[in-house]
Amino acid sequence: MIVVAGTGGELCVSRAMKETGEVKDFRPAAVVRVLLRALRIKWMWLGVGLMTLAFFSLLAVLSFEKVSFVVPVTALSYVAGALGGRFLLGERISRSRWIGIMLVCVGVTLVFLGKG
Amino acid sequence: MDSHKALHFKTFVMILIMIIAGPLGNVLLGKGMQSIDTTSISSTSDLLHVVGRVFASGAIWLGVASLLTFFVANLLVLSWADYSFVQPAASMAYGVVALLSICVLGETVSLLRWVGIAIICTGVFIVGRTHPRTTEQR
Repeated sequence: MIVVAGTGGELCVSRAMKETGEVKDFRPAAVVRVLLRALRIKWMWLGVGLMTLAFFSLLAVLSFEKVSFVVPVTALSYVAGALGGRFLLGERISRSRWIGIMLVCVGVTLVFLGKG
Repeated sequence: MDSHKALHFKTFVMILIMIIAGPLGNVLLGKGMQSIDTTSISSTSDLLHVVGRVFASGAIWLGVASLLTFFVANLLVLSWADYSFVQPAASMAYGVVALLSICVLGETVSLLRWVGIAIICTGVFIVGRTHPRTTEQR
């Protein structure tokens, strides 16, 4: 649930940003305008809401689970992200990108296991 | 081909900003909060005192600024790049976190963690070779 809400939230934010259009002007005033435009898009609010839900759920779970619980959550979020990108955002994910994502998944798992 | 390179370049720059500003912000916030004693809050005035110290902490302000930079860069890059590109690419931050842990916090990083980071780097390299944007421009 945390993975779905967390990654889902990020995907919604991504969708919102795509609707504001590609940012080409990076001067501070232009950036602020883009951000304000983004705040008017429903997806942005849905995204922020989901991410907040995920954040507090994670905090709640960590209060009675070990920190190593974070490992599958984080690893799975990369897979969820790829699937979400494909089905919610219409991205085309080539085989090499999948391989790269899987490697990141494995690597992140090891990083968290290595911390314990 | 020129716009192709421009797209790759600005994607690269944004992600670089993300993977540096994110971990840096977290470390600064961590250090800032560490220097503030929150264990002896027993009244409202104690709480206000702590809040005052939080606002007075340079490390915390820098940390917040850094994290804001991370968020803004993240939002901006998502306005053109695939989420399935940015999300794995941003995991390079784990490598930066390890480096910061050693240099700023004086911690040691286990071999297993380094192996994990090496695998992440390989994965990011492979993802990085795909085109950052596979959707139509709006």
